[in-house]
Amino acid sequence: MSAALLIEQVLNGLQLGVMLFVMAAGLTLIFGVMGLINLAHGSLYMVGAFACAAVAAATGSFWLGLAASLAAAAITGAIVEIVVIRRLYSRDHLDQVLATFALILIFSEGTRWLFGSFPLYLDVPPILSGAVPLPGGGAYSLYRLAIIGAGILVAAGLFLLIGRTRLGIRIRAGEADREMIAALGVDIGRLYTMVFALGAALAGFAGALVGTIQSVQVGMGEPVLILAFVVIVIGGIGSIKGAFIGALLVGITDTLGRFLLPIAFGTVMNASDATAVGSALASMLIYILMAVVLVVRPGGLYGTAT
Amino acid sequence: MLRETPVNIALVLLLLTVPVAASAMDEPFIVTLATKVAIFATAAVGLNIALGHGGLVSFGHAAFFGIGGYGAGILASHAQNYEPLMTWPFTVEGTQQMLIIWPVALLAGGIAALAIGALSLRTSGVYFIMITLAFAQMVFYFAVSWPAYGGEDGLPIYVRNSFPGLNTLRPLDFFAVAFVWFLAATLFSILLSRSRFGLALQGARQNVERVRAVGIDPYRLRLVAFTISGMITALAGALYADLNRFVSPSMLSWQTSGEIMVFIILGGVGRHFGPLAGAALFILLEYALGGVSEYWKFLLGVLLLLVVLFAHGGLIGVVTRRRHHG
Amino acid sequence: MAEPILEIRDLTKSFGALTVSDHISLDLRAGEIHALIGPNGAGKSTLIKQICGELQQDSGSIRFAGRDLAGTGTVERARLGLARTFQVSSVAPEFTTLQNVVLAVQGASGRSFGFLRPVLSDPSLTGPARRHMERVGLTGRENILASILSHGERRRLELAMALAMEPHVFLLDEPMAGLGPEGSVELTAILANLRHEAPILLVEHDMDAVFALADRISVLVYGRIIATGNVDDIRSNPEVQSSYLGETA
Repeated sequence: MSAALLIEQVLNGLQLGVMLFVMAAGLTLIFGVMGLINLAHGSLYMVGAFACAAVAAATGSFWLGLAASLAAAAITGAIVEIVVIRRLYSRDHLDQVLATFALILIFSEGTRWLFGSFPLYLDVPPILSGAVPLPGGGAYSLYRLAIIGAGILVAAGLFLLIGRTRLGIRIRAGEADREMIAALGVDIGRLYTMVFALGAALAGFAGALVGTIQSVQVGMGEPVLILAFVVIVIGGIGSIKGAFIGALLVGITDTLGRFLLPIAFGTVMNASDATAVGSALASMLIYILMAVVLVVRPGGLYGTAT
Repeated sequence: MLRETPVNIALVLLLLTVPVAASAMDEPFIVTLATKVAIFATAAVGLNIALGHGGLVSFGHAAFFGIGGYGAGILASHAQNYEPLMTWPFTVEGTQQMLIIWPVALLAGGIAALAIGALSLRTSGVYFIMITLAFAQMVFYFAVSWPAYGGEDGLPIYVRNSFPGLNTLRPLDFFAVAFVWFLAATLFSILLSRSRFGLALQGARQNVERVRAVGIDPYRLRLVAFTISGMITALAGALYADLNRFVSPSMLSWQTSGEIMVFIILGGVGRHFGPLAGAALFILLEYALGGVSEYWKFLLGVLLLLVVLFAHGGLIGVVTRRRHHG
Repeated sequence: MAEPILEIRDLTKSFGALTVSDHISLDLRAGEIHALIGPNGAGKSTLIKQICGELQQDSGSIRFAGRDLAGTGTVERARLGLARTFQVSSVAPEFTTLQNVVLAVQGASGRSFGFLRPVLSDPSLTGPARRHMERVGLTGRENILASILSHGERRRLELAMALAMEPHVFLLDEPMAGLGPEGSVELTAILANLRHEAPILLVEHDMDAVFALADRISVLVYGRIIATGNVDDIRSNPEVQSSYLGETA
């Protein structure tokens, strides 16, 4: 195992981590402000990826596609919020889970209707298609580095938005006390739609960026959604900071686990057994991490409740 | 309750007579559909003990469904290949006897539910939903990446496991097995809900502070409920493996967890025969709409959304025009 | 004088800078009704929560039947024989009145892990439950859902549930709250009878009821007990007059 390989894996872990953060930030914001558990967040991720792929294919420009992914996910999010989601704020979590599960079915099958079952592929934009040399030999994809950069920018932007702007103040007030914010004369319905659309746009953005490295297909959103749940449970539901720490922990643990565990088991057993045991354990590692966090802190790392 | 009872009886009679008639008319496919309804309903009866009676919104019951399925599949595959499961410290052979497979499925489901429940029940609300989901994913990924029992490809059961005195390969015989299990699980769930345990469990769902104040520890109640619930769902999983003669990680997938929940919601939460109504409606839709449109799940999604938003008592609630809990 | 059943010594609890229980000492003896009065925000409910184990004190001790309760939770204290009613009625709304009381009888029996026998056909549960319902005047209302009981009936249901636990101490948190004058009089009669079962620590705003029932009264103001004594002592205590009775009378 060379140092370059390890650095590459760490960077892959970071890349997964920041993308998970972009997903999880929307989820945790929506839960924190509106108290809504939204399974359809993965569908918005898929909407972003498909919008990007479709527009990029039609115009030949990845950047137009990326803009389209933001717009499509935000608009879809706003419409879904107005038509369905706002009826769910006062319901219990069971109803929220089921209604948003129904939305997944609608989005997945609807997308299959429009685009078919075959995966679409997105090309990395030419300007980002190169590779950057790594210290210790080897090279790393410029595009993946750009994703890490984009993710960190989104994180910084969100912290500024929540901490420094009027919208942020309203969001924090909404988390603290819904009646108070209504009493302040803020149109709470509009605020909720905006927060939901913001979360949706972030999910769509992540979908477009990741869709370029993987394929764009129906069902791509749900595995990421579940990882994002793990992230926010670890970080503490409602906490952006927790989501950030949780996302990096999950990204790094998952990537390095898959890389290192088979190697580690290889020192004590034969190669094929080591691969089997190592990869089986690696695939469970983040859930084990989550269980450990919960045993120690049932409300997550930065959580307050329960 | 008075007006609900005839509806329930009609549902059960329908589930019994349709396959018998279909078998007489030589329509084995219909019998298989009815068997699927009985099995899904049994899985949902299991979940309903946690979700309907206990208020524990588990989004991870696919784990138990799949564990039951793999229990059946693994025992059968060892028997088929004449390979003992283990040879040390003592030899354990595989088996194709349902009478041995079922206790194993119940036990395996129970142990898994006890372990997952013990950790998950430290939390509540939305954390509980996500944690049960995550544990089920953990089992799912383990099954996908563990190559010994087929990994991603799943595990075939070449010949359906056997039950003394029945030819389980005949659709109607196997339906009878599934139907009896469904009835047994439902009756058990009804008895349970009226027992001391059921009273305390439902009390804890409605008002946990009050239950504590009369000196009852809700954690232990819920853990036992979650375990029983997981056992019943695991048994349904073992039957489902036999129905398909195939086990795959898809039994463990989060969609399966969602579907088991959907059966309950379509039928009506906390109603004893809601799981049957919900599973029947689900299978009927799949069958009826699957013929019309490849995208029947789109329509299922719309229907589910409408039920959640506007018909809170589920199907039985709509039919009997009465909301009901517990 | 008899050994107190419930003995609170120097109990202190703060939330940040706010001291809600400030070295509270209080006891409850067999056969008595000890009323705890004080203006809103004096810390009465916080005290009740500490006694029944919902909150743990910062310092000081609570002894119950000779045993230090430190470290025990709500469930254990209920099992030891502390029965409480809640300031805001707290029952299982989807259960009938009878089921609610049966739940309490079952809690006291310590056996909640019976799985097959229906509770409502178990006379060892329903018998006592019906008896307790009769004591509080709920006979005939057995099969009414708790959620549609009137406010007064729900208060009496809570009392029946407390009785059903056959406790050593009753902690009653404003049982008269929200009752009309007539309801208060009825409930006062029921409570007067209750002290023969077990002594009562009664938190109450209704002064008529307090003066009619209490053997002793303690006055809590800003987390401190400013006076403890019999009805006449309290009525004539100048500090109580100025800080509490004066403003309500």
